[in-house]
Amino acid sequence: MQHFFTRERIIGLIGIITALALLWLVQQSVPNGAISTLRIPYANGKPQDAPLFDIPLPTAFTIYVLAGLLVVAAIGLIWRQRADLAPAYMGGVIAVVIVSILLTAIVNNRTDIVDMLGRMVRLATPIALGALAGILCERSGVVNIAIEGTMLFSACIGFIVSLSVGNSWIGLIAAILAGSAIVMVHAVLSLYYKTDQIISGTVINILAVGVTGYLRTSVILPMEAGGNRGAALPQFDIPLLSNIPVIGPMLFQHRPITYMMLMMVPLVSLMLFRTPWGLRTRAIGEHPRAADTMGINVNRMRYFNVWISGMIAGLAGAWFSLEASYNFDDVMTNGRGFIALAAMIFGNWTPFGALSGALLFSAADALQIKIQGFDFALPSQFVQMLPYVITVVVLAGVIGRARPPAAVGKPYEP
Amino acid sequence: MSIPPPTPPTNGWRTWIGILLVPVLAIFTALVIGAIIIVATGADVISAYGGLFMGAIGSPRAIAYTLVEATPYIFGGLAVLIGFRAGLFNIGVEGQIAVGSMCAAVVGAFVTLPPGLHAIVAFVAGALGGALWGAIPGWLRARTGAHEVITTIMFNYIAIRSTDYLIKVPFLDKASSSQRTPFIAEGAQIPFLFGADNRLHTGFLIAIVAVIATAWILKRTIIGFEIRTTGANPDAAHYAGMNVPRTIILTMALSGLMAGMAGASQVLGLEHNLKASFSAGYGFDSIAIALLAASNPLGVIPAAIFWGALRNGAGLMQLNSGISINLINIVQALVIAFVAADQIVRQIYRIRSARSAGITLSRGWGR
Repeated sequence: MQHFFTRERIIGLIGIITALALLWLVQQSVPNGAISTLRIPYANGKPQDAPLFDIPLPTAFTIYVLAGLLVVAAIGLIWRQRADLAPAYMGGVIAVVIVSILLTAIVNNRTDIVDMLGRMVRLATPIALGALAGILCERSGVVNIAIEGTMLFSACIGFIVSLSVGNSWIGLIAAILAGSAIVMVHAVLSLYYKTDQIISGTVINILAVGVTGYLRTSVILPMEAGGNRGAALPQFDIPLLSNIPVIGPMLFQHRPITYMMLMMVPLVSLMLFRTPWGLRTRAIGEHPRAADTMGINVNRMRYFNVWISGMIAGLAGAWFSLEASYNFDDVMTNGRGFIALAAMIFGNWTPFGALSGALLFSAADALQIKIQGFDFALPSQFVQMLPYVITVVVLAGVIGRARPPAAVGKPYEP
Repeated sequence: MSIPPPTPPTNGWRTWIGILLVPVLAIFTALVIGAIIIVATGADVISAYGGLFMGAIGSPRAIAYTLVEATPYIFGGLAVLIGFRAGLFNIGVEGQIAVGSMCAAVVGAFVTLPPGLHAIVAFVAGALGGALWGAIPGWLRARTGAHEVITTIMFNYIAIRSTDYLIKVPFLDKASSSQRTPFIAEGAQIPFLFGADNRLHTGFLIAIVAVIATAWILKRTIIGFEIRTTGANPDAAHYAGMNVPRTIILTMALSGLMAGMAGASQVLGLEHNLKASFSAGYGFDSIAIALLAASNPLGVIPAAIFWGALRNGAGLMQLNSGISINLINIVQALVIAFVAADQIVRQIYRIRSARSAGITLSRGWGR
């Protein structure tokens, strides 16, 4: 029996069970002949304007077809055991679940689907940036679970600076600097003192909760009581491009940090796989001894990479307090730093893979926001849970295929 | 390596000083930095720390309250410590406590049983709930390689959302205006030791028993030996014929059991119901206590009492000096930082470095 239940077959079975659960959901909450309408508006259309077109979907039938596809693909997976297709299949299962929940929630109603896609890209920003930070660290052989704490800390510092000077751009720079500063604690602890890297990351996460909680009550709240200065980073619409339907709102109607994320994913990918720096980074993450022999200063490169990753995590932190809202709450990052690590693993330590992982999680987030306005059978707590459940499923399903850098987590002593 | 190796039984005061030196100096350094922060904000250090001290151990009642605060930390510290010994990092204590307290609250309030037996059944239900919630990430780690550091954190969020729903919808006390479960039956309460006045309850004694039991299990039983061997070197454990996946699952279940008992003792001994958003922050604090205890079960008791004292004294500190309670969080985080990176403390105070043969947690994400 042990030999029958390979990873691919278990994933296939999970897909079949999911399909059955979707059928049950339809039986429970979709009336016969119900229609869910997905609306595609013009790029800058107002809600009351006529749409570009509406896509009326028979709710139950569509979900049956999607579930049927899942089952067919699952049978293929169980039959042929294509290990290389398993992560893609899992992504498909998650996507089908998200679409089905959306269709069920908006039954006999219509919703602007482009709006949800745009929000998906926005919400992917901190996860994708966090995953990039993780990639830079781990490719050079340093485990960084401090991303959550770094984001929280820089969100707080960025907001304080922005409040005090009344300019969120300066706050953004402060957040980046704060991220690069606190992550150096992790670098020094793990590279100089050779503390276990998971412990030193946890120390930063705990420190960030304590320090930001203190700063919020003793600095931010008194400052806010004296009047709120500054505003969130403004939205920029890219001329012409933002007028293209669907693509415009998805990619070209965002605020600065989201654009930076969209630019940094290809940039980091290019740097990592096409430049000497990238080759060295990957070398010290795979075989530091060999890299050292070739004249690369392993620990100096690791410090540098951790430092850069702190800046990126700082940028991700600024997204919470300066872009998504102009506000700082206790533990407002809500586990996004850890989800970023799951996205990194899902993407097999590549920037584009990590972005696709981030979009998977942010789709669940966007769904949760989307269906808040609709009457839906499932309690809100369970929809809020979705990103976390997806993280567990992705980790459990993908990790056997994922191959982390060989030297990750091991201090190097020349 | 950060987690000091478990110290063998020793005789001679020199070894004891060697064990205690780093945690004590770490606490001292953190308090000094805390004092610097207090001065920087323009408050009075003497009145702040005086308030902290008096609030924590200034009167018999304060001491009892400190022990009450320490009780969940003892269980939580044990939970993390058991994981450490097998090379597993259980960050999921928070969620396991939530599930444990949920199970205890439901059995305590919605099941009818003879008094006394009811308390025992409710307590066991809480413990088992925590054990199950810990065992799932353990199973995922053992069978799929999903790293417990991330899965346990995700299970925290899942547990907190689920209990939030359970408290607010199916198990809500409709007679009450606040969002909580009904009070548990009187027969399900675990009794106060010296009357309800100073709140010290039997849970504290159970925690002490749990410490002794953990020390015994780790040191004297086969499963304890398997846990320690798996932590020291999983390949060697496998080669020696041990079932490493089973040990991982069992360790996480045992770890969750301790966390579940923390939740059960809070509900059955102290709160007598379960409110929405209960047990904030026990998870991270438990890691701190396990580190402070230097992976020695007996060390959990003083570490947890110290932690409880900080929590308990913080209120009077705020009252006396106007310093935010959150300062305590910073002091605690600094204590963890200095204990985890003991070389910093050793460097500051010029102490010779100890032998380093700790347990490695960061083995990468896969198997």
